[in-house]
Amino acid sequence: MCKYIAKRLLSLLPVLLGITLLVFLLLHLIPGDPAVVLSGERATPEQVEALRQQLGLDRPLPLQYLAFLEKLIRFDFGTSIISGIPIADEIKNRWPATFELSVAAMLIAIALGIPSGIFAAVRKNSWLDNLLMSGSLIGVSLPVYWLGLLLIYLFAVNLQLLPPSGRISVETGFNFKPMTNFYVLDALFRFDIATLKDVLSHLILPALTLGTIPLAIIARITRSAMLEVLLQDYIRTARAKGVPGYLIIFQHALKNALLPISTTIGLQFGNLLGGAILTETIFSWPGIGSWIYEGILARDYPVVQGGVVFVSVNFVLINLLVDISYALFDPRIQYK
Amino acid sequence: MNPLKRFLQSTSGKIGLILTISILLISLLAPILHPYDPATDRNYLLRLKPPNSEHWFGTDGLGRDILVLVWYGMRTSLTVGLISVGLGLMVGLILGLIAGYFRGYLETVIGWLTDILLAFPSILLAIAIVTVSGPNLQSVMIAVGVVQIPIYIRLTRSMVLSLREQEFVIATKALGADPTRIIFNHILPSTLSPLVVQATLSIGTATLEAAGLGFLGLGAQPPTPELGTMLSDAFKSGYSLSSPWTTIFPGLFITLSVLAFNLLGDGLRDSLDPRS
Repeated sequence: MCKYIAKRLLSLLPVLLGITLLVFLLLHLIPGDPAVVLSGERATPEQVEALRQQLGLDRPLPLQYLAFLEKLIRFDFGTSIISGIPIADEIKNRWPATFELSVAAMLIAIALGIPSGIFAAVRKNSWLDNLLMSGSLIGVSLPVYWLGLLLIYLFAVNLQLLPPSGRISVETGFNFKPMTNFYVLDALFRFDIATLKDVLSHLILPALTLGTIPLAIIARITRSAMLEVLLQDYIRTARAKGVPGYLIIFQHALKNALLPISTTIGLQFGNLLGGAILTETIFSWPGIGSWIYEGILARDYPVVQGGVVFVSVNFVLINLLVDISYALFDPRIQYK
Repeated sequence: MNPLKRFLQSTSGKIGLILTISILLISLLAPILHPYDPATDRNYLLRLKPPNSEHWFGTDGLGRDILVLVWYGMRTSLTVGLISVGLGLMVGLILGLIAGYFRGYLETVIGWLTDILLAFPSILLAIAIVTVSGPNLQSVMIAVGVVQIPIYIRLTRSMVLSLREQEFVIATKALGADPTRIIFNHILPSTLSPLVVQATLSIGTATLEAAGLGFLGLGAQPPTPELGTMLSDAFKSGYSLSSPWTTIFPGLFITLSVLAFNLLGDGLRDSLDPRS
């Protein structure tokens, strides 16, 4: 197993190099002189030249790439052109928000998706199966940003049950000093129930929006994995022996169907961390996604570069963890 | 049972086909049925009117009829979806054929490129490409197309790897056929069914991604109507909360278009590739 993990880690190196190379080249593929573009329209030639030297844009491209890599290894992504804040600091501040939102979305997706898939498989071709699978098909066809807007309109504007945006109310946030920047955890650690309620109420709508597509995908995968397992001989034997239906489903079938389901959950989680950009934008969620979006609007290329590298490397690492867990959970799999 | 019979037995396939044909017809016939000039279309006296007998979907902040905007927007979104999938399919197919047939260092390099492209969350890669090439429809087509490329490379390569070992390919090789002839006349036709299924499903994804880029302000620029851009305008101006029809209809038609291709893709998969 250790050999397999080491091999997978080694095979990751060229991919990581490729990601950094592609993101590095992005800046150089912008039409025109990068220094002029980065300096903005009103910059004087002296300011452009100063920025060119500051960013090392006057050096040959391979040397620039090596310098870029060296900085990345030290977790130095440069500074934002607009705010002047180091990008690494911004990532440290915003990453917990994205992570918290993704975890909440995934919990919703798992809590609703797996039971839906099980019900659909057990009642195959019934009205319930058709209803659940039609729902999941609509779920994967929905634009999340549209769903988000509809949820805001319904629950925040019309019913006024939940807040429309942000992570915390202004009044609660005023006295709240987060330790870890994971607001739910911070509120829990302090047994601050009022803050916890406020934070959770802010989390529900964005998490529901972000969790819709994984929910639909998990429901579909669970159904097909369960259907496959339910046709196996050992299930028929268990039925013949008179094992109660719920035991067959939860103890015999679900256990064996969990492998493709857990793989899908892992892959979807990786997608959520990178794909939260639209949801974060709608709900003004101060995470990595909305920050990259602001970077795009302001043409703050170092922010876009840093954000894209960070999210992609995370995505690759999560996929690696999924691969490794696959080998850990299923002893039948032999990796050579 | 032949594939056509299997397709006709699939309810989702039939609904998808009817929906897809209707959407394509409506989009194609738009300029004939209702000629429209987005540059001059506005009537401030009719701003933000709710749905009524004259304007079925209501009007937007510039007094434009939302039904007409959705109609033409769907045309734009579908064009982007179709062209980007076409681009992804063409490039991915060729690279997949080369990697699978010739193997060796070509396969390694193409595999490396595929891994890199797959290492980015798709919407993020598309955003990065459009940020560099500038926000317009052509950039969106290229960006969404590039995102699709690795999917086709992997699919084609895996099929070619098994096909190249088949007896009919070995026999053709023994008869002295050159690689181009073997690839295009003998291997390619056998890879088409799964590719057609994947392409149909991809049109839905591509339409969603293109509308997502439009929503972020990176897609079609005003006054060209596009569904994602319409949602973005409604969101940024706050009309999505005060005049919900500016949001409901564009989103509904994005969902319908994506759903149509997903259903059609499901039906095609059941009929062309029943083992999957």
